[in-house]
Amino acid sequence: MNRDKLIFERGAPGRRCVAFPAAVDSGTEIPETMRRDVPPGLPEVSELELVRHYTALSQMNFSIDTHFYPLGSCTMKYNPRVHENAARIPQIAGLHPLSENAQPALQILWEMEQVLKAVSGMDGFTFQPTAGAQGEFVGISLIAAYHRAQGNTKKIVLIPDSAHGTNPATAAICGYSVQAIKSTERGTVDVEDLKAHLTEDVAGLMLTNPNTFGVFEDEIEDIAALVHDAGGLLYYDGANLNAFLGQCRPGDMGFDVVHINLHKTFTTPHGGGGPGSGPVGVKQALLPFLPLPVVLKEGNAFKLDFDRPESIGKVSSFYGNFGMVIRALVYAKMLGAEGMRRTSEMAVLNANYIAAKLDPHYDRPKNAQPMHEMVFSASRQKKANGITATDIAKRLIDYGVHPPTIYFPLPNVAPETMLIEPTETESLEQVNDFIEAMIQIAKEAEENPDLLKEAPHATPVRRLDEATAARKPILRFKTNNP
Amino acid sequence: MSDIPEDLLFNSDHDWVRIEGDTGTCGITDYAQGELGDIVFLELPEPGDFVTQGESYGIIEAVKTVSDLIAPVSGEVVDVNIQLTDDAALVNDEPYGEGWMIQVRLSDPSETEFLMDAHAYAGLVDE
Repeated sequence: MNRDKLIFERGAPGRRCVAFPAAVDSGTEIPETMRRDVPPGLPEVSELELVRHYTALSQMNFSIDTHFYPLGSCTMKYNPRVHENAARIPQIAGLHPLSENAQPALQILWEMEQVLKAVSGMDGFTFQPTAGAQGEFVGISLIAAYHRAQGNTKKIVLIPDSAHGTNPATAAICGYSVQAIKSTERGTVDVEDLKAHLTEDVAGLMLTNPNTFGVFEDEIEDIAALVHDAGGLLYYDGANLNAFLGQCRPGDMGFDVVHINLHKTFTTPHGGGGPGSGPVGVKQALLPFLPLPVVLKEGNAFKLDFDRPESIGKVSSFYGNFGMVIRALVYAKMLGAEGMRRTSEMAVLNANYIAAKLDPHYDRPKNAQPMHEMVFSASRQKKANGITATDIAKRLIDYGVHPPTIYFPLPNVAPETMLIEPTETESLEQVNDFIEAMIQIAKEAEENPDLLKEAPHATPVRRLDEATAARKPILRFKTNNP
Repeated sequence: MSDIPEDLLFNSDHDWVRIEGDTGTCGITDYAQGELGDIVFLELPEPGDFVTQGESYGIIEAVKTVSDLIAPVSGEVVDVNIQLTDDAALVNDEPYGEGWMIQVRLSDPSETEFLMDAHAYAGLVDE
């Protein structure tokens, strides 16, 4: 089957999957102004063509179900199938979202809130945010609402230079100006630089812990005290929670607002298989501002509380991506507290094993012990043979490995970065295969650099010209009836 | 080894300025374009805008990353290289020539003392 064709380029005019009887047009039900002049430009294919087209596309997928996927800070874990079974129980999957008094559904939300409170040390959660970035938006909106309620008009959010790009974007969208805090030699927050930036205009500090170098912010308690003394709040980006799940808690470190990615830490599908879920938790003082409604337990019954005059309002339809909460709750209940501790221990062990094995072959820009992920650099290979992080990433595809996150942390923080996160769900054999591939690629970089420059070799399409694609895009989406 | 013209001044963010009378023409260095890789998009100020030394005056987007352009000098923007809107690759091809970004009327010529000459900048890139 020719894989290059779009669905619109298949089939023939008038071809259909199903032959519907002709519609009866009474001529009165749809006003003239609301009628189309031309039929919609839909694909015209048979059912078999349709099935083959999408099956062929699905077979080109490079996913956690097919390949090792060490995409740093994305926590691409295996998604256990038992979660899918639970989420597809007809009585749950078929529940109408307006069944606002459906006790089992409210109980699932309430129980998951108790789990997240226990692992984060926060006092209450909302499940409305449908992804981490929206969780950040809600979190910073809550911080803004809190400051406004105190009569403060703070203007600045501080963010380390190694942070995820969504952090500054979030602060800017919430109306704050962003100031970057430098990283130390170890990749942690430079406390002196933080002090220099702390003024009464600072609304808060957004921090990921462990940070994007995979390094634990061991001065977090001092950092929290400094920010609080200046009248600011601490925001915890939960991207890297998998590193210390069940070991320690952001709430105890001094964070006031957290978001947790159920699609990372709690194994719900993501990376095209989502949707995501980014619940946000807060300390007592921020509870009144949570999006409405929130789930309350009264006796043995549960209810949705809409009577929240200080709430920032609704941030998504219904209660967020409820199906993800079911999956996450099954995961949490199956692991238990002890299982969660083992999870983070194995994630950290896998990462440190990889770091130790690859240290002789690649530079590691920040020389601190990583937790669940580590940053290597291709700077040695670039200097010697002109091999970049992109070349190594592309060559890894030939070895059956999804490329790690590259050029993040950003080039102004460290050059030619490769951010590798194996997670706890990979076997020792798989981790060893990956290490072997990376060592082999380091050898190839010296002996046959062109092999890397031209990689990948074993994929349906070879190295794509991303620059020309961005500079001169050719858009092929065309239909007969625009 | 990247190209570093002798007649330019540099800041530590790899931006250059060519001072001619009371105007300064700004761009990014050969080293910077090499590190960024293929440049695909630029967001530049408008003539009449004011840029401040050490602060962002625009955004440069490469295939692998997005960075701020940091003004090496302060002043009013008198000209913008609109060619870059159609052909951002000029920055890769001729970072010191057709790939220039903005021309500024210097508000404080003494600011240049905070910049590096070619020799000092070569030391920074070598590190």
